[in-house]
Parts: sequence; C-alpha cells; structure tokens
Amino acid sequence: MMLEILTNAPLNTVQDLGRAGSLPFGVSCGGVMDRTAFILGNILVGNKPDAAGLEIVFFPFRIRFRQDCVFAITGAPAKVQLDAMPLPACWSMKARAGQTLALEAPKKGMRSYLTVAGGVDVPTLLGGRSTDIKGSFGGFEGRGLQKGDLLSCGTTTASLPVPVNGLGLAAHPPMPDKDGVELHVLPAAEYEEFTEQAQACLVQQPWRITTQTNRVGFRLEGDSALQTRNPLSLLSHGLLPGTIQVPPSGQPIIQMADANTCGGYPKIGIVSEPDLSFLSQMPPGGWIRFRMIDHEQALARLRAHRQYLRQMAEQVDTAKSHILTK
Amino acid sequence: MRISYAGVEAFLLDMSEGPFLDDIQTRIWSLENILKKKTEIQTVILGANNLLATFDCEKHEAADIRQILHTAWEQAGSAHITPRELVISVTYGGPDGEDLPFVAETAGLSEREIVALHTGATYRVAMVGFSPGFGYLTGVPKPLAIPRRNTPRVSVEQKSVCLGGGFTAVTPSKGPSGWHILGKAHCPDLFDVTEDDPCLLRAGDIVRFVSA
Repeated sequence: MMLEILTNAPLNTVQDLGRAGSLPFGVSCGGVMDRTAFILGNILVGNKPDAAGLEIVFFPFRIRFRQDCVFAITGAPAKVQLDAMPLPACWSMKARAGQTLALEAPKKGMRSYLTVAGGVDVPTLLGGRSTDIKGSFGGFEGRGLQKGDLLSCGTTTASLPVPVNGLGLAAHPPMPDKDGVELHVLPAAEYEEFTEQAQACLVQQPWRITTQTNRVGFRLEGDSALQTRNPLSLLSHGLLPGTIQVPPSGQPIIQMADANTCGGYPKIGIVSEPDLSFLSQMPPGGWIRFRMIDHEQALARLRAHRQYLRQMAEQVDTAKSHILTK
Repeated sequence: MRISYAGVEAFLLDMSEGPFLDDIQTRIWSLENILKKKTEIQTVILGANNLLATFDCEKHEAADIRQILHTAWEQAGSAHITPRELVISVTYGGPDGEDLPFVAETAGLSEREIVALHTGATYRVAMVGFSPGFGYLTGVPKPLAIPRRNTPRVSVEQKSVCLGGGFTAVTPSKGPSGWHILGKAHCPDLFDVTEDDPCLLRAGDIVRFVSA
C-alpha cells in the first residue's frame, strides 16, 4: 500500500505517540501534539493507538492513494474531500486506488490527523516512528513531507473492515475556541517558591499564546509577570511535555512534544492530558486560563480520559460489527 | 530530599543543596541503577543532583512509587560504575573557538593558561540530556566556571567544545546555545540514532581533552 504526497508541506510529518523511553538519551519525547485526536483516528481504522500516521498543520494538503486503503481523518475539522465527495469530521472510509484526498484549512483547531489501516510503515528508531525535526531522524527520511514522497503502509490487523459508507464518531472531541480555554494545572516543584501575587496571577489573569509557538513549546504573555520570592538558581533537571516553565522574564512557556529533555528554569505547574491535547489545537493569539487542581484530581482526569478512549475503541468495533451484519 | 510531581505520572527527586556536588551525583547514578531494575518505574531521566522517574498510574499508586524512591535513595551507596575513558583532541581558539579570548579576560588569565586548565582537568559525565547525546561534564576547574552568555547564540556548530554553568561539553549537533565556545573537538559522532546505545558518552564516563 502506498500513499503519494501531492503537496510540499515541510511541517506535515509522520508521527506516532513518540519515544518516551529515549528521553534518557537526550532525545525529545516527540510524537503527535493532539494525542486524543490521533488515538481516535487509529481506533477508527482498527489500529493499535501507537501506529504511525500523519500530523497535518499545513493546508491545503493533498495525497493520492496508490492502492485501496482504509483511512480516517480526525483532529481539527478540516474540509475533507475524497475526489469530489465531501466527508464529515472524524470519519473513516475506504479509498479506492487512484482516489485523491484533499484537506483544506479548518476553521477551528490547528492540527488534523490522517491515519491508515496498518499504519504508515517507516522504520522504528529508538522505539518510535515519529519524525524528530530537530534531530533530522525518524518518520519519513527525518523530514517533513514533500510532493512526490511515497509512503508505505503496513498490513492491517484490524478484526473488522470499515462499512461501505464509512464510519465516524457521533460526538467529536471538543475543539477549542480562540478565547477562554481553561486548562487544569498541577502545581510543579517550585510552585511554592513563587510570590502569592504570582500564584494568584497565574489563575486570575488571561494568558495570550504568542506567535513563538511550535512543537517545542508555547510561549505565553500576560499583563503581570510571574516572579519568585527569591532569585532561584536551579541545576538542570529532566523535563516532560506539559511542564510550565517561568524564565526570568516572568512570562511562562509550556513545554510541548518536541521539548528539550532537560531544563533549568523554575516550574510553576504541569498541564496533563487531556488538556495538553486540547491546548495543542490553540492558535497563536488565542487566550487561555489556568485552573489549579491537586494530584488526585489530575489523576482522576487522566484515568477518565483513558477510560473514554478504551470505550471508544469498544464502541467503534461494536458499531462496525452491527453495520456489517445488518 | 525533595520529591515533587513532574507530571501526573512522574516524580522529580531533587537532592541538590545549592551548587552541583560530585558526591551527590555519584549517589544519583547508583539510584538510577536501582530504579532501572524496578518494574514499577518506566523511565529514569538523570539530572544534575536530581532524577526524574515516570510510572504508569493505571498500574501503580503514586504513594507506592514515592515510597520506592525513598527506599532506593537510602539503598543508593556509591555507584558501581566501571567508567570508560575517552580522550578528545581539541583545536582551541581561532574561528572555531571564538569565546576563548572572552573566557580568558573574564578569568583574568591568558588564553594559553585557559587551555592548560581545560586540558589539565579530568572530567566525568554527570548526565546526558538537553539534546540527543549531550553529555554534561563535571570537574571544571574553578576559574573556568563562569556564567553563561547573556544572549544565547542562535546556532553553534556540531562538536564545539564549550563551557557553561560550571560544566563543559562537546555539542553533539548544530543548535542554539548560551555556552562559551572554546574550540572544536575531533572525535566520533556523539549521537548515532541507528545504534541501540546511541550516545558516545554515558553517565560516569571519564573524559580528558588534549590540545590538537
């Protein structure tokens, strides 16, 4: 099975769920930014959650299917057409050899995902198939996609094929509006080192996402800067995606998938799933607010989210078998 | 000991008492060895006098992991690491070592004295991190422990030998850096993605520099 890329799109990349196990080598976790949307895409085509697919941030984007193939589009609701046929959001479908898939820029959200049954078949390096743009390795030849690239797909192991007219999710995961997105935050190691005023500002003032926003980090801007009680000089320490660092400017940076594995700035909080996936769909210029939660609440949110994904996998299989036997 | 959350499924164990201490790091290496054998721990990321450990919240309670970290730290004596020894040849100064004059001026020494100090010391890899294969080398002579640049450079060449925050290092790849560049290293690649063990440097290794 082959996918032919018809658009030059250096920021559109092959991604999976990343290389968390290679962080000790100094290798970024990487992987998709919106894990929720991507896992749902893999569920729709009958893949394991970590099968590789495409993260699409540059539109319009077009591909041609060289052979028959079951695919799904999830994430930011791009305007999707398979040849002349428009497709609903969060939909999976069987494409015939020779058909072209076109995605136009979504009105909401930043990243759409293309998953294919069997997964995009690129070599596994250091436990992952995702493209590490900084390190120029992984994914397809360690780079973003170019017109003429041919991507192989693996053999599908899905127990059920997709129904003729396709199949999609009735309830789409929410896409953030440009304004007023609320993110839940767990206090990080130096939270108590910040002034009471800084702790209050963190949750009371709105934060604007600046244009310095990419797969490495989201830089934020607020009216009042966040200051520590005393100047802190920290030694380098491991850093995971979601960590909110505060450099001397007092304007926070949220570390994202391609963050460096070590850092030394004070950390005021941690954004976890499902909020981190939600944040990744926010555009520069968008506004966010923070709400502090404790570990028990953060844990409950994460567990509920994983439970939701497991349920979706079961429901999709149930729906497929129901339609197919009808 | 300070243990704080570094994520919903991660703890940061911080043993630092101000400036970096070699003795603490030796025990951190030992702690890493113990934790790597624990099935409850997923990934261990070494830091400078600290360590980050991740776990799976579907399988384990945070309180149990916290207890494992406590117990492991008590058990961690000095690490049983058989260090490898690397000697790296360096061309100091010139266009590939443009901060040598600045470092000399800041330290109040001649460029030749800086090179003598840098080549005279024995370094150990405290940890690997920041970027793929980047080893933080500890053992920097006092006069060379100068603060980082006020403004980081947007791009520093691969295999630059640099100084920053009391550490020295050889940059594995081209990229931004706030460290001072002393010269150019002549050594194998510090990171090879195709290897199972992709890093030239490992925590605990001994490194010496010689002037090319």
